[in-house]
Amino acid sequence: MAKQGFDIRRQPGFATIAMACFVVLYLPIILLVVYSFNAGTSIAIWEGFSWRWYVSAWQNEQVQAATIRSLVIAFWATLIATSCAVLAALATTRQGRFRGYTLVFAMINQPLMVPEIVTAVALLIFFAMIKVATGYTGLFYLIIAHAAFCIPFAYMPIRARLQGMDLSLEQAAMDLYGTPWRVFRRITLPQLWPGILAGAMLAFVISLDDVVITEFVKSAGQDTLPTYMLGQLRRVVTPEVNAISTALLAISVVMVMGFFFLSRNKK
Amino acid sequence: MIEIANVTKTFTGRGAPFTALDDVSVTIRENEFFTLLGPSGCGKTTLLRVIAGFIDPTRGTVKLDGQDLVSLPPYKRPVNTVFQSYALFPHMTVAQNIGFGLEMQDKPSDEVKHTVDEMLALVRMTEMADRKTSEISGGQQQRVALARALAPRPKVLLLDEPLSALDFKLRKDMQLELKRLQSETGITFVFVTHDQEEALTMSDRIAVMNAGMIRQIGGPRDIYDHPAERFVADFIGDTNFLQVELLQTEGDSAHIRLPSGAEAQVRAPHDGMAPGPVTLAIRPEHASLAGGDGAALPGTLANIVYFGTDTHFHVDLDGGARFVLRQQNQPGQRQGWSVGDAVTVTLAPGVGQVLRD
Amino acid sequence: MSDAATQRATRSRWLLLAPALAVLIFAASGPLLIVLFYSFLTPGDYGGVVWEFSTDAWFNVVLEEDFFTEEVGFADAHLSIFWRSIKLSLMTALLTFIFGFPTAYFIATRPKEKRDIWMLLIIIPFWTNLLIRTFAIMELIRAEGTVNTLLLWTGIIDEPIQMLFTEFAILLGMAYVYLPLMVLPIYASLERFDFTLVEAGYDLYASRWRVLKRVIFPLAKPGVIAGSILVFVPSLGAYVTPRVLGGGKQLMLGNLIELQFGAGRNWPLGAALSLTLLAIVMVALILYVRAAGNEEVRHG
Repeated sequence: MAKQGFDIRRQPGFATIAMACFVVLYLPIILLVVYSFNAGTSIAIWEGFSWRWYVSAWQNEQVQAATIRSLVIAFWATLIATSCAVLAALATTRQGRFRGYTLVFAMINQPLMVPEIVTAVALLIFFAMIKVATGYTGLFYLIIAHAAFCIPFAYMPIRARLQGMDLSLEQAAMDLYGTPWRVFRRITLPQLWPGILAGAMLAFVISLDDVVITEFVKSAGQDTLPTYMLGQLRRVVTPEVNAISTALLAISVVMVMGFFFLSRNKK
Repeated sequence: MIEIANVTKTFTGRGAPFTALDDVSVTIRENEFFTLLGPSGCGKTTLLRVIAGFIDPTRGTVKLDGQDLVSLPPYKRPVNTVFQSYALFPHMTVAQNIGFGLEMQDKPSDEVKHTVDEMLALVRMTEMADRKTSEISGGQQQRVALARALAPRPKVLLLDEPLSALDFKLRKDMQLELKRLQSETGITFVFVTHDQEEALTMSDRIAVMNAGMIRQIGGPRDIYDHPAERFVADFIGDTNFLQVELLQTEGDSAHIRLPSGAEAQVRAPHDGMAPGPVTLAIRPEHASLAGGDGAALPGTLANIVYFGTDTHFHVDLDGGARFVLRQQNQPGQRQGWSVGDAVTVTLAPGVGQVLRD
Repeated sequence: MSDAATQRATRSRWLLLAPALAVLIFAASGPLLIVLFYSFLTPGDYGGVVWEFSTDAWFNVVLEEDFFTEEVGFADAHLSIFWRSIKLSLMTALLTFIFGFPTAYFIATRPKEKRDIWMLLIIIPFWTNLLIRTFAIMELIRAEGTVNTLLLWTGIIDEPIQMLFTEFAILLGMAYVYLPLMVLPIYASLERFDFTLVEAGYDLYASRWRVLKRVIFPLAKPGVIAGSILVFVPSLGAYVTPRVLGGGKQLMLGNLIELQFGAGRNWPLGAALSLTLLAIVMVALILYVRAAGNEEVRHG
């Protein structure tokens, strides 16, 4: 609506600060993306458009390996975390509070409260013990570590979806002779689906972006894309890192937009 | 004294422009309980917000004691508002709420305290001074809102349907309370309501509004007994409308012929009307079935509805119109009519108003 | 419900919870206990530990023994890192508040149907890779980066300003990456804000600044407190941002901890430092829960 007189909501300067915030939030990212297309080797002097850094990143065997590893870890961690989260959400939303609710809730949300560096250290110590005892040094450690910190992110949207669901539909299905499993499969699951998808998307992004825990847990030669990039930052930075970043950003943005619209639809 | 002259407010949103106030002019007198009455969407709240300063008029002027108000922001106008939702600050106590306006005017703290105590006593809330506003009842919140708006001694107090959230009994009490406060403080009250009964019982003068325009201004009696037009007659109280023929007018008196052929002397607008078919408004209590002097309308009794204090008789007049009349019930007395009886509706002499449509 | 039915419901609930709890105990809660255990062991010569009880690690968190005189004093190196971590985290919270509050207010006062889009603009950077966002800041402020290049080109400066690897760089980076965490809760508290209260404020002679200070701000306080905690906690434990922007010169707690597992080869000290960090975070969270609880009681 056009200004209708004394605007009670206006505060002088607030709109300007807000606009400055949006510019500051996006400008560095935009510059990063722009220079990933730079024909020269600089990240600040524009020398023309080129795909060369994407090509060079694509052909870099270390990048290839790290990308595949990142995706494999993110896939399994998402699968485990989302499955666990669906079951946990079913257990915690349906019959109100129960004995141990606070503890369960605190445990699920622990990865959000405990500083990542502390969890990383704890996992480093714990997994080092297991590695010595079993001799196994595969990807399992990274997958299970990622699954753990992805659980709260997958859990939140699923729980929100469950809480917004109409219980009487399930009751009606039970009234019509549906067994618990069939009611879940035919009634609950189809309604829950957007929440599950949203949760899985968040989990995937979170796993794909993780640096700290991966850096501490990984064995030699188990770099993911972010830890590979962290290693590269010590050297002279070429726009190749920008190119990798841009690709990762694109995945994140698509996932987040997907999550946003999935969780908005329910309204 | 508030002078509102030719105020027009057009809202231009994304849809079609909407005229909330259409060339409104009204003068509100010193020390007056003035009511803006009308259905929702009639522009009464918009007019109140124009006076308060939350809406700028598209055209027109608003003056308070000769001083232009439109150019002043709300926080510089010597006008306070009692909000419909009360808008009490939830993070402050009752006393802090009442003192807020004085504090914002940078009054010395002992004066603030003194006035707050005075206001607390005025609205009988002294005991509740240190309560949070969420800890008191709706009626008490209402009184705090009043005290808060009165504390800075505004020249004008604006009340935006302040009683609408209260239940029936509390509302009756608060009506008297408001009237008392107005006469004790001597502040001009501008009161907005859609409740005609509330308007009639409390106001010195009423402006009836519809579709962004003021349709009639007058004292409660004036408005009730002599509505100027069909909308006012219809909105205030119950009214029977009869199609009659106007024979001639003289001053505010009119000579008419009823559908039954009987002729009667009724009231007409001061500025005269041309003879011909017109609408006559008659209040239900201004007619009777008992006979007596006055014009008669024969018909059939269609329904009898008992209301406790009075009884409503629905009469199908010969010729088709439905007429409702109301008679007060007397203790021990039973009315002797039953549905289907042939009856005669007799209009009390001199009542009824010829309307412009 | 009958006892049998209740029992069945309880059993099925814990069965449903079992997978999540198993993963969390294995890879989140459980290992924390091992950290506690490790903090009381003796460091091994090449990392790891020797199974020998010792309180040296906890002693060394803030104290140190002079190698020659055997005098005990405060470990200045550690203390200065603690101090820097707390100082920078508080400053980050303050900086994000100064920019985040007006931004959240701005979004909350947009028309309802547009608020979601503005919020999406805040949320997108938040969910994008923290390393990449830090890296973006690094590219901006490094000697051959955008800012210096621009300043040199315009002739304002003759040689690049050293911004990277300073405390300023870390502060800037943390404020940048955690800003959305401040905006989100403040927005949540302002979104449901009843603006007739603001109207009442103006009606009672309060100017714009006073309405902000006396009406809007006190009522948005729960959101501000939540935002401050949400920013303070990850800032205190930050690892990536100080590593990239501090370049190993300006250590924060996270980097000090990492050092013990790398070059420092003192795992018990690293464990003790981790738990110290965790304790500070928990105190902050408890204070927050208290404050939030009080607010709730006060506003009914």
